[in-house]
Amino acid sequence: MIQKSILEELKKIVGPPHLLTQKEDMLTYSYDAAVLDPVMPAAAVIPETKDQVGDIIALCAENHIPITVRGSGTNLSGGTIPYASGIVILTGRMNKIIEINEADMYAVVEPGVVTAALAAEVEKRGLFYPPDPGSMAVSTIGGNVAENAGGLRGLKYGVTKDYVMGLRFFDSQGNYIKTGSKTVKCATGYNITGLMVGSEGTLGILDQVILKLIPAPKARQAMVAVYDTIEQASETVAGIISARIVPATLEILDNFTIRAVEDFSKAGLPTDAAALLLIEVDGHPAVVAEEAAQVKALCLKMGARTIDQAKDDAQRDKIWAARRAALSALAQLKPTLVLEDATVPRSRIPDMVRALQRIGQKYRIDIGTFGHAGDGNLHPTILTDRRNKEEFLRVEQAIEEIFDVALSMGGTLSGEHGTGIAKAPFLEKEAGYSSILFSRQLRAALDPNNILNPGKITGV
Amino acid sequence: MADMKELANLVKELEDQLVTCIRCGMCQSVCPLFEQTRKEADVARGKLALLTGLMENMFTDPDGVNERLNRCLLCGSCAANCPSGVNVVEIFIKARAILAEYKGLSPAKKLIFRQLLAHPGRFDALVDWAGRFQGLFAKPDANAQGTSCARLVSPLLSHRHFMPLSASPFHKILPEKGLITTGSGPRVAIFTGCLIDKIFPGVAHASLKVLSHHNVGVVIPPGQGCCGIPSLASGDRDSFTRLVDHNLALFEKYDFDVLVTACATCTSTIKKLWPSVYKNPSPGMQKKLTALSEKTMDINQFLVDQVGIEPIETNLEDAEKEIVTYHDPCHLKKSLGVADQPRQVIRAAGCRLAEMAGSDKCCGMGGSFNVYHYDLSSAIGILKEHNIEATGCTTVSTGCPACMMQISDMLGKAGSPIRVRHPMELYAKSLETHTP
Ligand SMILES: Cc1cc2nc3c(=O)[nH]c(=O)nc-3n(C[C@H](O)[C@H](O)[C@H](O)COP(=O)(O)OP(=O)(O)OC[C@H]3O[C@@H](n4cnc5c(N)ncnc54)[C@H](O)[C@@H]3O)c2cc1C
Repeated sequence: MIQKSILEELKKIVGPPHLLTQKEDMLTYSYDAAVLDPVMPAAAVIPETKDQVGDIIALCAENHIPITVRGSGTNLSGGTIPYASGIVILTGRMNKIIEINEADMYAVVEPGVVTAALAAEVEKRGLFYPPDPGSMAVSTIGGNVAENAGGLRGLKYGVTKDYVMGLRFFDSQGNYIKTGSKTVKCATGYNITGLMVGSEGTLGILDQVILKLIPAPKARQAMVAVYDTIEQASETVAGIISARIVPATLEILDNFTIRAVEDFSKAGLPTDAAALLLIEVDGHPAVVAEEAAQVKALCLKMGARTIDQAKDDAQRDKIWAARRAALSALAQLKPTLVLEDATVPRSRIPDMVRALQRIGQKYRIDIGTFGHAGDGNLHPTILTDRRNKEEFLRVEQAIEEIFDVALSMGGTLSGEHGTGIAKAPFLEKEAGYSSILFSRQLRAALDPNNILNPGKITGV
Repeated sequence: MADMKELANLVKELEDQLVTCIRCGMCQSVCPLFEQTRKEADVARGKLALLTGLMENMFTDPDGVNERLNRCLLCGSCAANCPSGVNVVEIFIKARAILAEYKGLSPAKKLIFRQLLAHPGRFDALVDWAGRFQGLFAKPDANAQGTSCARLVSPLLSHRHFMPLSASPFHKILPEKGLITTGSGPRVAIFTGCLIDKIFPGVAHASLKVLSHHNVGVVIPPGQGCCGIPSLASGDRDSFTRLVDHNLALFEKYDFDVLVTACATCTSTIKKLWPSVYKNPSPGMQKKLTALSEKTMDINQFLVDQVGIEPIETNLEDAEKEIVTYHDPCHLKKSLGVADQPRQVIRAAGCRLAEMAGSDKCCGMGGSFNVYHYDLSSAIGILKEHNIEATGCTTVSTGCPACMMQISDMLGKAGSPIRVRHPMELYAKSLETHTP
């Protein structure tokens, strides 16, 4: 519980309609998209200005009140599950695009701006903001930065961290910190920007983000290759990379996912195929034509049954619609869906695919596998019903084994969904105890009263 | 509290539907209300979590959940966009019924739904009476939409530009025994719908003209009632069930192949909600409801898919044609997947279709939502009005009289010269002008 006087102060800062304390509202800020137990906060505030955010943090610092920032609450690792005695800061009203600078190719935005809204504004100006998480229609830039979100184009264009040029944020005491700049190069001070990306609200609260923009590619070519064995498909992925071709997107769907998508959207996918690769190359028209031909030849050489190139935008849209439908289609099958994102060096994709099939059989659970094969980031998607305790236990065991396998291949527990609460207990496996200790010391120095999103990442 | 436990048990009826929400939050991208308020309790994910909370007996009284549950347009944008296919509208409607039955309806709603709507004869008589006196309370605007604004300051009407009740509702001009015409091909029964009957009878006349032009035989049974959606939205499943009984018994007396309506909301209610929300149907009743649901169709869809229409011959160049933009009613596109057919009708009417941005974004009407949350409803409606104006059209067309009311209100307040017409009105007019 929070003292009444503090609630009064909060109300003064944001105005009465923007302080929520009723139990019903608290319930709606007790969860995110991760499959974890909800926790209700004591209050939620919806600031609109920088000064309001600063005042809220100063008040919390003084009274040792835990703070969890929430963008759209779509993260998959429990990053926005609050502390029972803490408050939630909602960024929904901090959603202005402050500047899109075409000459210098950058944008300055508030953290609550929705990713797709920014991408659309940028596109109108012939520029390109590549990070495109599957949730971009709802996710916020603040959430993307704090999770270092990836997307379908990671392979060629990188992830959110590759586009953050600078940040403005409040530290745990309410001081306003500036880091990075609007210049292409910047060599002053520590690379605090880099530290803040992926920090999940544990080191500071973002107020502004400066993002790099690039020219939009002039041409693109999408293709679908159909395979009779998933080995051939995953070998093709490794083959394309070792042929030094870097497609913008290189996605895989396994048979389980293909059948689910076909049932769901009747897109005309070959349900007897063991796997599909969805590939897109982009760039200068001449390069696109050449790379498309190379990819096509490679797929056939590696045993693709067929490969079709999209002839126009409508066909291209159809290909990507099938990919986008993957999660939806799988989600319809069972009440609970656990979306994992253990990632391996891309040459190990064939091994990882085999391991996932084995794990699914071993624990007798349904795993649909699709994802960003080209960057080693598969999404094994487990379908279950959380109410079935016995089965859910097997699911948890399977997840642990997936982690172990990924690490044994030199991979990571999470390619893009972050640590949050979900993966905090496993982090030591990947990084070792000293790394956890280092992180905890860093955190303790910057946030002595442990008020910034306690419990996330470092487990304390 | 023992009582809340009982409520929790009632909500359990919805458990299997509630657990399908995986809390991904994608509904935030399409919810017109969330776009305005950005509060989680206003979007489907939040409301589903609240219902789960109710089921888990987390609250000491149901009022907070009830209030939040009612802040919803029931537009179904979330359901249409839901990765897990959660049947949000059906869940919310059933939950409203459970809560209303638990709490009891407010006296005002009881009067309206139980005493009036559920008795079609009484309702018609009252509306007829009100239509004759409305001049006392409202003055007509000399505007393109034909709306009125409040003459006396009434808190309920505030500064609305509302559509006046028609002086001659459609049912009045029907022969006492209803209308029966013969034609070739499938035989069609028409469900008129309250708003078309009482506010936009022109749409019904236009529909008749179009069907007779295409030589379609028609039956219009007399004494039709409301489709029941207003009762249902307020959680009054009893009145709803009584209305369904009334209408079903009425239409059963006639022989027809297809039931058409020109009201998107009625079509969607008959097709989707009659079979799923009717209170305790007997197996026989369930069969009848399902059979009728399968026979029910939007009039644009019927005309395009079953009758087939040819574009009107005109010598007009494209540039000379009337520019029309089309608003997709949520109850047509999101609920029933009907989007192309009304557009074909508009083109066939010899108009040039200019698509607006966000044609399938909700107009903000939401039936009683407009009454209880007029400010929010208008804020959503104004976005629609801007998108309509930006097309440079002279007419906006839409297949739902409720959307027509909202859009008329918005355009009226903005002083816009843009007319509001149902596709049937446009098509009927083109038949008048161009048929030899
Ligand atoms: C259907 C679906 C598909 C997805 N696809 C992808 C994908 O392809 N790639 C991918 O990477 N992720 C994906 N995600 C995960 C998720 O969308 C991303 O993690 C996204 O970045 C979260 O954004 P958000 O606005 O919802 O942030 P939230 O979930 O609200 O917050 C995420 C974290 O950011 C912190 N935070 C938010 N705002 C601030 C701020 N102003 N200052 C400091 N910290 C802040 C929060 O405290 C929390 O720790 C997907 C999720 C779903 C449900």
